[in-house]
Amino acid sequence: MIPPAAPTRALDAPSFSTSRFRAEREADWIAFDLLLTKLEKKGAKALTSDELLQLPLLYRATLSSLSIARATSLDKALLDHLEALSIRGYFLVYGVRETRWSRVRRFFLYDWPAAVRSVWKETIIISLIILLGAITSYSLVASNPEWYYNFVGEDMAGGRDPRATAEYLQSTLGHGKAASEGESGLHVFATYLFTHNSRVSILSFALGFAFGVPTMMLEYYQGIGLGAMMAVFAGKGLGFDFGGWLFIHGTTELFAAALSGAAGLRIGAAVVFPGARSRLQAASEAGRTAGKVMIGVILMLFMAGLLEGFGRQLITDTMLRYGIGTLMLLFWIAYYYIPRREDVT
Amino acid sequence: MSAAAAKANAKSRSARAKKVRQFITPEGVDLELRIASSGLRFGALLVDLILIVLALFLFSLVMLWIGFASQSDITMVVWMLGAFLLRTFWFIGFELGSRAATPGKRLMGIRVVARDGGRLTADAVVARNLIRELELFLPLMMLGVGAAEDAVSGWTMAAGVLWSLTLSLFLLFNRDRMRMGDLIAGTWVVMAQRVKLDADIATGTAGDAMLFSEAELAVYGIFELQELERVLRGKDARAMREVADTIRAKIGRPVAEEDDVFLLSYYRQLKARLERKLLFGKRREDKYASD
Repeated sequence: MIPPAAPTRALDAPSFSTSRFRAEREADWIAFDLLLTKLEKKGAKALTSDELLQLPLLYRATLSSLSIARATSLDKALLDHLEALSIRGYFLVYGVRETRWSRVRRFFLYDWPAAVRSVWKETIIISLIILLGAITSYSLVASNPEWYYNFVGEDMAGGRDPRATAEYLQSTLGHGKAASEGESGLHVFATYLFTHNSRVSILSFALGFAFGVPTMMLEYYQGIGLGAMMAVFAGKGLGFDFGGWLFIHGTTELFAAALSGAAGLRIGAAVVFPGARSRLQAASEAGRTAGKVMIGVILMLFMAGLLEGFGRQLITDTMLRYGIGTLMLLFWIAYYYIPRREDVT
Repeated sequence: MSAAAAKANAKSRSARAKKVRQFITPEGVDLELRIASSGLRFGALLVDLILIVLALFLFSLVMLWIGFASQSDITMVVWMLGAFLLRTFWFIGFELGSRAATPGKRLMGIRVVARDGGRLTADAVVARNLIRELELFLPLMMLGVGAAEDAVSGWTMAAGVLWSLTLSLFLLFNRDRMRMGDLIAGTWVVMAQRVKLDADIATGTAGDAMLFSEAELAVYGIFELQELERVLRGKDARAMREVADTIRAKIGRPVAEEDDVFLLSYYRQLKARLERKLLFGKRREDKYASD
């Protein structure tokens, strides 16, 4: 029978007691807490070298305190505090191992093109789907212009339909007299195009997890709109001019659209065919690659928005438009697909 | 009666255990991360959305004040571009920081964590937040499309909204409370509150006023001890009176001392007794467990 009269006193208690344990270690926990707060607020640069050396020591001391406390103490406040402190410490100590700048640098030099390269199969498939959509609607509209109204909505067409005159169509391409009036609204137009296209691209990426089917449908639909327009302009003998109007920003924008579709398809494919991995794991691995591609897509769409909003409205020469579009396409292909030294390592 | 109570107690304990995920650090300690509840997640989202709208509003107000907005199209650009950039990069930007949480998440005491225990990478954060676009805006879009086109019947619209809602509410249907975006990015959202280290109430001089016999201490387990600790730290006189009366009735002591003195002495001696047993490998979860 243990006499109940043996009270637990702080430091003069002869045997192990949790109060004594706490009194001995509390200073470490407080120091660790202060260090973490400093690290969170001011970053690793603000720490002196002495503090940096202290960090892992205090972290380990706290973790070991947590282990001991779990096994011996029933003080809930103490346990909760140590647990929270350890979790906070773990994610800071093991969290970021790179500066922001070097992360950005690595992303542009290596990660982004590498991610795009790794979805090359999906990119080809999506490109073919867009092309297929364009060819379908082109041939349909060319043989019977009534089809056009099924493909392109009233608000999207803006009067650019088979009933329009060749003069009107030409004016929408930035030639002729109607072209100069809209210049004040250029930035609004560019912004609208950028945000709209980005949302469509994000959607086609995000829908990828449904086995990639909605993604493919969305991309096919994009191709359909394109082909129908093309047929209308080509029917009036404006095919070449329309090509230039489209080409200046279209190479960047359609490339970005294809990549966003490819990113979505990659996730869908990983969910359907996970291979040796579990479905969850396959999805998360594909999701990370696709995430990298998507940062790139948004940047590309920003460029396309600038080209479309400003470049296309200010440059009206068809040959120059073709030239810029080709240059952009070459730039993207070179940036993505030319092998570089990091590949070897 | 007491069997049912014991069952309820065990049930609530196992429900709490279901939220805990093993997360072992390289040092071999299990951090026992707890999955954040859906209510906290929703609260965090709400706070973030309100902050985004507020930021946009303030920004355009400043623009108006400076006088840029004399041409109305500038304001439009600001709103369109600002809304898009904020909506897309608010979450990404904050979650890339060292605390991996947006202001809303910080307020709720939760954070994003890579499911495999590795570090949270930028691509994972981007992937999980771009999916949000779909989860948040697809139901709204469905509503918009349905309302715009008269040809779509009410039922079709309802079906569309319902379908998109199952995507948005995906986190309600799995144990780990993963959004669609979490699933694809390989992340979790877990509790990460800060807990202040409260004073040690087991030391000091005021608590040894009374002595309890072994039999008097043997009636309670760890669950009751920690409830008692909560009441003692809360320092609410009425709660203390209630608890003190319950304990007195249970162990058959007359009301002789102040409630706080009584409770503190009882707490200390119960804690000492249970911790001693713990050292010998005997963990008595609650009063229903055998001593």
